[in-house]
Amino acid sequence: MKGTGLISRAKNTWCPGCGNFAIQHALKDLLAEMDTEGTLPLERVVLVAGIGQHGKLFDFMNLNGFYALHGRTIPVAAGIRLANPDLSVICVAGDGDCYAEGLEHLVFAAKRNLDITVLVHDNRVYGLTTGQFTPTSAYGYRGHSTPVGEREQPLNPLGLMLASGATFIGRGYTGRRDELKRLIREALLHRGFSFVDILQVCATYNNLTSYYEERVYSWPEGDAGDRGAAYGKAGEWDYSADARIGLGVMYRHPAPTFEESYPVPPEFSPTERAGWVSRVLDERS
Amino acid sequence: VEAGEVSVLIGGKAGEGISSAGQVIAHLLGQLGYRVHMYFDYPSLIKGGHNFAIVRGAGKQIGAVGNRVDLILALDQETLRVHEGRLSGGGVVVYNSDAVKYTPGIGIPVQAILSSEQAPPVMGNSAILGAFTRAAGIEWSLAERVFSKAFRKETSRNLRIARKGYEASEERLRVPPLGNAPLPAFTGNEAMGIGLVEAGTGVYLSYPMSPTSNLMHFLAARAGDGGAGVRVIQPESEIAVILMALGCAYAGTRAAVGTSGGGFSLMAEALGLAGMAELPALIVLGQRAGPSTGLATYTAQADLEFAIHAGHGEFPRLVIAPGDAGEARAWIRAAMDLAWKYQLPALFLPDRIVCEGMYSLDPAVSLDDPRGPVLADPGVLHQRGPYPPGRSRLPPEGPLPPWTAPPPPEPSLPAGPGIHPYLRYALTESGISPLRFPPAKGELVRVNSHAHDPDGTTTEDPGMTRAMAEKRQRKMAGLARELEGMRPVNVLGDPDARTAVLCWGSNKGICGELGEKLGLRVVQPVALWPFPEESFAMAMDGVDRFYGVETNETGQLARLVRGYGYRASGMVLKYDGRPFMVDELGQELRRVMA
Repeated sequence: MKGTGLISRAKNTWCPGCGNFAIQHALKDLLAEMDTEGTLPLERVVLVAGIGQHGKLFDFMNLNGFYALHGRTIPVAAGIRLANPDLSVICVAGDGDCYAEGLEHLVFAAKRNLDITVLVHDNRVYGLTTGQFTPTSAYGYRGHSTPVGEREQPLNPLGLMLASGATFIGRGYTGRRDELKRLIREALLHRGFSFVDILQVCATYNNLTSYYEERVYSWPEGDAGDRGAAYGKAGEWDYSADARIGLGVMYRHPAPTFEESYPVPPEFSPTERAGWVSRVLDERS
Repeated sequence: VEAGEVSVLIGGKAGEGISSAGQVIAHLLGQLGYRVHMYFDYPSLIKGGHNFAIVRGAGKQIGAVGNRVDLILALDQETLRVHEGRLSGGGVVVYNSDAVKYTPGIGIPVQAILSSEQAPPVMGNSAILGAFTRAAGIEWSLAERVFSKAFRKETSRNLRIARKGYEASEERLRVPPLGNAPLPAFTGNEAMGIGLVEAGTGVYLSYPMSPTSNLMHFLAARAGDGGAGVRVIQPESEIAVILMALGCAYAGTRAAVGTSGGGFSLMAEALGLAGMAELPALIVLGQRAGPSTGLATYTAQADLEFAIHAGHGEFPRLVIAPGDAGEARAWIRAAMDLAWKYQLPALFLPDRIVCEGMYSLDPAVSLDDPRGPVLADPGVLHQRGPYPPGRSRLPPEGPLPPWTAPPPPEPSLPAGPGIHPYLRYALTESGISPLRFPPAKGELVRVNSHAHDPDGTTTEDPGMTRAMAEKRQRKMAGLARELEGMRPVNVLGDPDARTAVLCWGSNKGICGELGEKLGLRVVQPVALWPFPEESFAMAMDGVDRFYGVETNETGQLARLVRGYGYRASGMVLKYDGRPFMVDELGQELRRVMA
């Protein structure tokens, strides 16, 4: 499978320079590679998208998919995994989509160690609705709804995920595409809940390219299993103040998955179900 | 109190096992050949407060209790203070003499009996049940058989306690066996659980909420691990509940969810997603008294219009309101099948009386039953040919059957291939597109909440937007036609009477009974959306005037049928959280018709 076959014929409507292209191409190259290697057959991949600029990835890629609601990718993914744990589910979500409207699902998927991968296209602004602040916008961000500057401190998604029990946490950056691709591969291969916050440039409303380029560096891989070190990494940068911004795998920890602890039971035939009903009725007769 | 009938009230504090004791009485009466109904009344708290259950037995199927009772079983003084006035002439009181003073009744030294068996206080109602058996003139051998099945824990100790209660009691009444074959008794929640197993449900999802929590408990305890293959999942919110169900549907597993009005309010956005993405879903909406938190443990029929209209935009749906446990069992399976055949959300709308009330369940009702369509027949509902997506589990191994795109009804629109070869939303005459589930090698399965092309890709094209909207509505037309053949409207009481009562849900039983007594035709639509216009017209044929009976404040069913040209001559409405009592509704009907 060549990666180009994964890009659909649907007309692309992202702005020139949008960070979504980097994510799309990293994903395309990675999935083609993994299909060829046999590590992840393409027909088993399901892409679940929320609503926002990120969600258009559903239309722009040739993959099984579920174009869901704003903030609601994760429960859809959970249902797909409940029905068929042979499917590999990738949620693509936005920062407004996943950290505001659907935050509870993110926390609970981490708590359950549901074996899905969540990629958050974190451009730290609402693009589709033309430039309002999101949960990860920097303090003082000026948008259409905050003309004199946002008055809330941003949420730190990495710290939140660590506290919620996520067993794989990483941060990528659309300006480092090869590194991003490696990170998503690690996330897909992780057994359990994997979460990647992807710092994505919004060319129109929040172009932080030079800000990121001056600050990003790669975390050392060696101590990814150290929970204490992970809290330290998560706290380095609060998504607002000036600090170095680490990229890569922040935390990785093996743990039983929800699917392993609650497996799909064997198929019960209509006859077996009827037998169960007879037993229930007989107990009261 | 009429011959061939008996009513028993048991009361005490929350936590004293009033509901389970009432259920044992219902089982006992069922074994004597009575058809039973139990009403359980409890405030929303865990310990203390006043709980009571009224169990009524009669010769025919019933769905309501009356105000008068023949026996009161009082575990505390409060029971007598509140309910003594209900006791009929010649009625008997059996009471715990440690907690209650009431000279004319039969006092049972519960504490002494428990001490002799070193038993905890919670077993006290076994002594009262034993005493009731003797007071009602019921053979000990029958009681022993019923108790042995009912007391699933500490069976032998509970039986000894019941026997000591029996011996401390005396026969005051004679509740005779009736000639009917014995029937088991089930709550509507349990009956829906049975129906969901029969429907091939693979996953049941719910966030706890009265009055459907017991449906979740029943499935978790009985159909879960190793039972009948139904996994019970309790997600973080009702929003997650419904979206997980839609994820299951996408991947080919039949899922059902249970909630009440408050939880369903949270599901409204995803209901539209099910409509737009054409994903089957079965939603049990157990109605309780609202608005808002309302009366958490009391009943209402006030969510009919909400069920029909919830969600923005226009999309097809099915709304079914069962009238008792038997109908709940049969129709929940039909609702699941129809949801999958037509790929749309189905709302199952029992009221709290159907959910938590107890009914005699006839395991083998046929349409030849001389009682008429009292219970919908599962056989008739389901032997209408196999539905294509009948799976409850993972896709079968092996290659997919060949599939070609059907021609579009409008030649100007593409049948395919579009961007993707499999057309999840192929435009067909019936509006039903072929269902497939991933993984499907060489094909992509794509569903979309946006307006979309046949292959699932987002579109803003006006022609395709209209074509897809019309495709979805064609499914509604097919569903409406199919429903008409499924006995969607019951006619009870006197079918030739020219004066009728219009009711729905749990008022089926009480209206049917009063219809027979007062010579009234009773019309009860079970399918409410799409509204079964033809069947309703046949049911109303020859009716000069009709009166609505509903457990809500504004007459929602009466307002619905007005849209089809039927105007009620009067209404009997109750909206205090309590169901109609048989004697009360009889008086109200006579008053409104006068």
